[in-house]
Order: sequence, then C-alpha cells, then structure tokens
Amino acid sequence: MRFSDFIKNCERNEVSLPEAILRAEMEETGVPKEKLKDSIAKVFEIMMKEVESKYGKKQRTLTGMTGFNGYIMSQHIPRMIGEFNHIAMVAALSMAESNAAMGRIVACPTAGACGVIPGVFFALKKVKNASQKELLVDFIVAGGIGWIISRNATLSGAEGGCQAEIGAAAAMAAGALTYHFSGDAEKCGHAAALTLKSMMGLVCDPVGGFVEVPCVKRNGIATQIAIGAAEMALGGVGSVIPFDEVVDAMRRVGRSLPESLRETGRGGIAVTPTARKIVEKVKSNNI
Amino acid sequence: MSLLDVVGPVMVGPSSSHTLGALRIARFAYKFIGEMPESVNFVLHGSFAETWKGHGTDKALLAGIMGMHPWDERIREAYIIAKNSGLKYKFTFEDLGEVHPNTVLIDAAKNSKTYRIMGSSIGGGEIRIIMINNVSCEISWEYNTMLTVIRDVPGALERILRNLTVNISNLYLRRTNALGKIATVIIETDEEIPPDDRKKISENPCVMDCYYVRRD
Ligand code: SF4
Repeated sequence: MRFSDFIKNCERNEVSLPEAILRAEMEETGVPKEKLKDSIAKVFEIMMKEVESKYGKKQRTLTGMTGFNGYIMSQHIPRMIGEFNHIAMVAALSMAESNAAMGRIVACPTAGACGVIPGVFFALKKVKNASQKELLVDFIVAGGIGWIISRNATLSGAEGGCQAEIGAAAAMAAGALTYHFSGDAEKCGHAAALTLKSMMGLVCDPVGGFVEVPCVKRNGIATQIAIGAAEMALGGVGSVIPFDEVVDAMRRVGRSLPESLRETGRGGIAVTPTARKIVEKVKSNNI
Repeated sequence: MSLLDVVGPVMVGPSSSHTLGALRIARFAYKFIGEMPESVNFVLHGSFAETWKGHGTDKALLAGIMGMHPWDERIREAYIIAKNSGLKYKFTFEDLGEVHPNTVLIDAAKNSKTYRIMGSSIGGGEIRIIMINNVSCEISWEYNTMLTVIRDVPGALERILRNLTVNISNLYLRRTNALGKIATVIIETDEEIPPDDRKKISENPCVMDCYYVRRD
C-alpha cells in the first residue's frame, strides 16, 4: 500500500482521505470500520487528555537532563512565532518530558517521538477551536501517513535513525494539519513529503541511550517544521518528489546509516565531551 | 503493523524497548505464575543491565511482575507498591550469553514452587519469551499460549490435541529431558482455549503440568 493508492481510492470512490485510510485498514485486518474508528477514538481521547493535563508543567524525569523545558517555554512570551506555533511547541515539549518522567503517553508513532502530534493537535484545539470530531478525522490522516512510512520504510530509530521517529511524526503532523485546513488529499501528501525531506538523514543519538537529549527538544522543534511544511502545502507549494518516493529514499538513507547513529548512543551528540561528562554523572548517581 | 500500532499504544514512557517491553516480559511471568510471586530476582543482561534505571526498566519489571498494565501511571511508584505488598525483590546483573541485548531472566517463587522465565524485548514493545523453567522456546505472546509438560511417550501429544476444540495457530514440541522422558508442548491459538479443554488436558495422566497465558 502506497500513498498514491490512497489518492486513487479517494478519486475512484469519491471518498475523503481518512475514509480511504480506514477502508484500506479494514480490507487488511477485517476489523469493521466502526470498531476501528472507536479504538482510534479511544487512543485519541487519552492523548488529548494527557496533553491537557501536562501542558506547561514541570516534570521529574528519570535522569534529570530534561523536565523543565515545557514549563520554561510556557512562561516565555514569543518574540517571533504566533500563538499557534507557541502552543504546539510547548505541548510537544511537555509530552516528550512526560514520557521521560514515566508519564502516560501515546506512542504515536513511537515513545521518543510522542510529543509532535499532540503538539499540533493541541494547538488546533486551543487556537482554532477545532472540535473533537474534526480532530479525530485529522488524527486518522496522521495515522495513514505513518502507516505508509511503516510499510515502505520504518518507524524505528534503531532501524532508520530519528528521521524514522521524529521525522515520521512531523510528516504525520503536517499531513493532519493540511487536511484540517483543506481536506485536500494531494496537498497532504505534499506536506508530508516536504517535512520528511527536511528531516531526511536525521540521526538517532540519544545521550547515554536515554530518551531525553536530544529527543525532548527535537519534538518541540519538529512541530515548527511540520507547521511550516503544512503552510507551504496549503499555499500551493508542492514537493517535486512525490511522498511515496521520498519514503523510499528515507528507507535507503536509514539503511546506510551506521549502527552508531541508530539508537546505540555511540555517535552524534551522544559522544560529545559534554555528553560523556553528563552520562558519567548520571551513572554515578546510580541512575 | 496495523493503523492502531502506528497511532499507539498507550503506555508509560520513556522507551518502548526498555520500558514497555520489559514490563510485558514481567507481566507474562505474572500471568504464567497466575498471581504475584512472593519473591523475585531479575537478572539483567546487556543493554538492560547498562541503562536500566535511566529507562525505568527496573520499575517496569516490578510493575509487570505485580500484574500492572503498561499504561498504569503507578508504574512510577512500583518500588513503594512492591514494598507495601510484601514482594521481596532483587536486581542482579549477569552476562546471559548469546541472547538479545535487551534480555532479562526472572527467577520467582510462589507457594514453594519456583519459576524461571527469560525474555527479550526486541523493539517497538514486542517481546519474545525465550525460556520457561529451563526449556527454551520462542513465544511472542501475540496469541493465547498454553504450555504443557508431558511424559514423552507415544501418543501423548495426540491425547492433548484431542481435547482442544479451537484452531491451533502454532505448535511446538520439544523433548526436554530424554532420560526422564519429559517433553514440553507449546500451543498458540487465536481463539481463547475454553476452561473445559484446559481441565481435560491437565487431567490427562501423561500431562504433568499445564499453564495457560491469555493474550493481553
Ligand atoms: S533521537 Fe533516537 S531515541 Fe530520541 S526520539 Fe529520535 S529516534 Fe527516538
């Protein structure tokens, strides 16, 4: 299954993108559409409840390397970005920090990248007053884009680097945002492609192997890339390379990443002098 | 991967391999034993041994052996809950040999019976139970799983299968003690194995032990 198949189904059967996604899943698993929708709705409700309760809060993370960034940013009055981007950023930081603090999260698409999607959805809710019903449909679009990446590449940092986790999360978020404002399936593909191209090659280099640095802030920043890409797609800027081909390219890039840049904590920023010092300290605290 | 796997699962962080997977291995052990053990020793191997606290692997294991769900926010307080419920626990570190880097061996005791279960967390929260009571196996826990220890005599397997009224997805038989003539049969099914089937199977004279772990 490819994104172009979704588009074809939309055109042939005159259905919306989320409808085409649900139908495709139903055909594969045999689970009735309404049941599937209910299960997705449950996950979605938990995600929104969690982001509502953790937004801008200080949290005690396992290593103490992060846990205060969502709070700090919530206190900051932005100089450049608007309210929408600000809320998305704070929400993403807060959820990623909740993850590091053993809070409840929705691994959408993974635990390390769990901030990006609630980030943009919380902004849609708070700033655009989007209803839960509208948001659920957008969430299915996000799921469909992630599904295409999981089928044709990977969603695992250990396999494909961080482009496969936070990169994928951002592509999913960009598609969902674009759908929310346009309902245009093709534009969703462009937004996802633009995002993934901007994050291609992103390595997975967690300090000490812990899901905190750079993961937490990367979640926050990824919301901005997703919003930027969605805005471009909405404005009519297309990706020259179609989304499906970008996903193929991402798979190949992931394969050519050395193991040191795939979640082992043995490359990238994880081996900088400061990172080494921090890890020593964390470990001597018996953490 | 289904759509629901992409947009989920709901879990307590931080890591699907080091937290969720670890919890699921211990939760499998909890289900296998049938209740919370009186004492447990977790032997951590490889990456589990290196980064256990920073990933909350310790809390996840404790929570799992007490039967908590992966999305239970009390996992954070697993130490206090374990203490309050009288569970004796220990963490030790050992090289368990040629196994996946995220592997744990669980030694537990309940009602003067001991249990030894080894599992690996292979990524994305998926697990493989690779040993139960010194018998190697490969259980994904994506099915309902029944494990029976039988006398290795002709017709023993047939007598088990005769009592099963549901379709089998996977079946393994392994001779585990040639001298003692003991074999282990693992049956995985999509459908729930009815209690009546299980009762008949465990009453069979060639069946020494019968465990059943329902899919989560
Ligand atoms: S750096 Fe690695 S561990 Fe952190 S979010 Fe990215 S893929 Fe996950």
